[in-house]
Parts: sequence; structure tokens; C-alpha cells
Amino acid sequence: MSLKSLDPRVTRLGIPEEQELKTEKSPLDQWQTYEVFTQAKTGAHHTHVGSLHAPNDEMAYILAKEQFGRRSKVTSLWVAKTAFFVTAENDDELFARNDEKMYREAGGFKVMDRINEFKAKVKSEKSKE
Amino acid sequence: MTSRTVNMKELSQIEKDAVKDLLFRIADDDLILGHRNSEWTGIGPILEEDIAFSSMAQDKLGYAQAYYTILNEMGEADPDTLAFNRSGTGEVNEKLYKCCHFTEYPIGEYDFSLMRHFLFYYSEAIRMEMLMHSTFEPLANLAKKFRGEIRYHIMHAHTWIKQLGHGSEESRARMQSALNECMPLALGIFEQSEYEDTLIEGGIFPGEDKLKEVWLEQITPVIAESALEMPDVNTIEVSNGGRKGFHTEYLKPLLEEMTEVYRIDPEAEW
Repeated sequence: MSLKSLDPRVTRLGIPEEQELKTEKSPLDQWQTYEVFTQAKTGAHHTHVGSLHAPNDEMAYILAKEQFGRRSKVTSLWVAKTAFFVTAENDDELFARNDEKMYREAGGFKVMDRINEFKAKVKSEKSKE
Repeated sequence: MTSRTVNMKELSQIEKDAVKDLLFRIADDDLILGHRNSEWTGIGPILEEDIAFSSMAQDKLGYAQAYYTILNEMGEADPDTLAFNRSGTGEVNEKLYKCCHFTEYPIGEYDFSLMRHFLFYYSEAIRMEMLMHSTFEPLANLAKKFRGEIRYHIMHAHTWIKQLGHGSEESRARMQSALNECMPLALGIFEQSEYEDTLIEGGIFPGEDKLKEVWLEQITPVIAESALEMPDVNTIEVSNGGRKGFHTEYLKPLLEEMTEVYRIDPEAEW
């Protein structure tokens, strides 16, 4: 049985529940972590840019602003507790690829050849005009 | 306030002197406090705050540089010389600087630095807000440019003060004693200059008294909201003198350290 935590990263480490911690940590020793997302321009997706320590939502926002918003242009910023993110244990196994299912990959569609053929045709017709 | 706007050439001689005096006061505040706050770089209480506080210290140096640039356009020396070699002789003469005592004090513990950051930045934000409506165009334009950054500084300061006021018994006590310690110094921000009337009449700046009044209106609710007690500002002996060149013992060593490298070779290209 391994340790279950709200923080997916702790759970992923697979720390045995019985294991005794070598040093006792006081409850306020470390703040919780937050995940930070920034938007480069209005209308664009918010992209994950990293994480930081903060005692609460408000502090997370103001600390994230300088942490991740000072180097490049940012139009909007989101922060959320790391513990809110859901993941599965050993999720790399879940997403293991089966080479026989190449047909499912977007790259497997043979449509690019036809598109390029059409483009070449249009181009040569234009150059004739 | 009048609806005229003026550029440098249209100022009368006394207005020119008044604007220069104002620019030196606010530029020196930003230069000195920017330098002080940058002393936290690398030793901040946590990594995230270290970065935020250092970044804001750098912002302040940017404001100082912008104000010195206007002064330069008004006939004063270039910004680097104004900051690092005010006397022009290579010797440090702190009497030529017009920063208030509040900015000169050593960083102390983080409670003091944070409280100073809160009290000073509020005054700076209100001053900028007022300068946005200044009849003196170059200053009004600068104030508009810095508006967004200043809004963040205020948000940062406000959030921290509220956080620590409601933290543990220790954090509340430390913030209260920092507030008590800071207040006589903070009131020195609003030391009157000899040009108050000229600035007010010309619509250049509404004056230190007005600034102090709005500042008190704005910080009082934040202090109450943070479970802290506002000291009685009417009975406090204010730490004045900085605006006239009379400084605390802390300014000269700061200037000596700050200008040490510059003074080795003022002509060096960076």
C-alpha cells in the first residue's frame, strides 16, 4: 500500500505508507504548491508555465505575477492548487502506443499527398496565366 | 486645477525650479528605496517573494531613471551622473540628494521592509495618480506609463499586509511594531518644499498636504482590515529634513557603496 495524497506528485512517488519519516516537519514548514498558467495574447489558450509555493490563492496570484509575467508579454494569468489536478498512477502505461494502430494517428491519413498535388496544380495553372 | 498643458519651454523660471525640485525628490526616493529593497535579492524570505520584491526594486530604479531623464532634458546632468556622481567631483555628497529619511533606513527585518514597501508604495501610487493630471506634460505622460506596474506594487503590498496581520500572533505583533516604527518616517515623505504654492497654482502637482490627506484616507482602512492599529498621526514627531538635504547617518554609506564601482572609472562603457 502506498501513500495517498491530494497532491498527485506525492502519490506518483509511491512512498510506502509505513515508512517512518526521518525528520519531523512542523505543519507550516512548507507552503502548498500552485500551478500557474499564462495567456500570451487575448483569446489565446492559457499555457502551463510552472509552479510555485504560496499560502493561499491571493498570495499565489501576486507571487505568480512577477514569477512568470515579468519576462514576456502576458495578458492574463491563472493559478490553481496543484492538489486540484487529477491524474492516474503510472499514467505512462495508460498511454502506451500500439504500433498496429497507426491508422488512428492524424499523420496516418493519406490526404496530404492529394492536397499538395492540388496546390501544385493551382500553382502551375497560375504561372501559365 | 487649470486645463492648460505645458511642455518644458513653456514653464516660467520659478515653475522650472519647482518642477526640478519635485523631480529630484521623487527620483531620489525611488533611487534610494530601489537600492535598499534590492539588498533583499538572494536573501528574501522565500524564493517567490525574493523574485517579486527584487523585480519591484528594479521597477523603482526605472522610475528614477525616467525622472532623471526629464531633469537632463531640463538642463541637468545625464541620468547616470545625477545618480552616481551628483557632486560632479567624484566625491559623495549626500546633502545634494532630496530623498526622505524613510527611504534611507536599512532594510532591517522583513517586517520593516514590507511595512515600508506598503506605506511608501501607497504614497507613490497616489502621487502618480495625481501626476497623471499634471499640466506638465512630460510628467503626466510618465505617470500614465507606469500606472499598471504601480497597480501591481499596491496589490502586492496590500495582500502581504492583510496576510500577516491575520497570520499568527507573532506575525501580527511584528507588523504592528513595524507600523509604529515606520509611521514617523513615513510622514516625512510629505515634508513641504518651498515650491508648494507654485506647483499647486500651476496645476503641476496638488501638493504634499493633499497627497498626505489622500494617503491617510487610503491606508487607514487597509490597516484596519489587516487587524492592525493605526498610530495617532497627530501626536507623532515627524522625521523631516531629507527634502532639504539633511539626511540620516544611513544615506552616506549607502551612496558610497552604490557608487563604488562607478567612481573607479566614470567614463567606462558598460
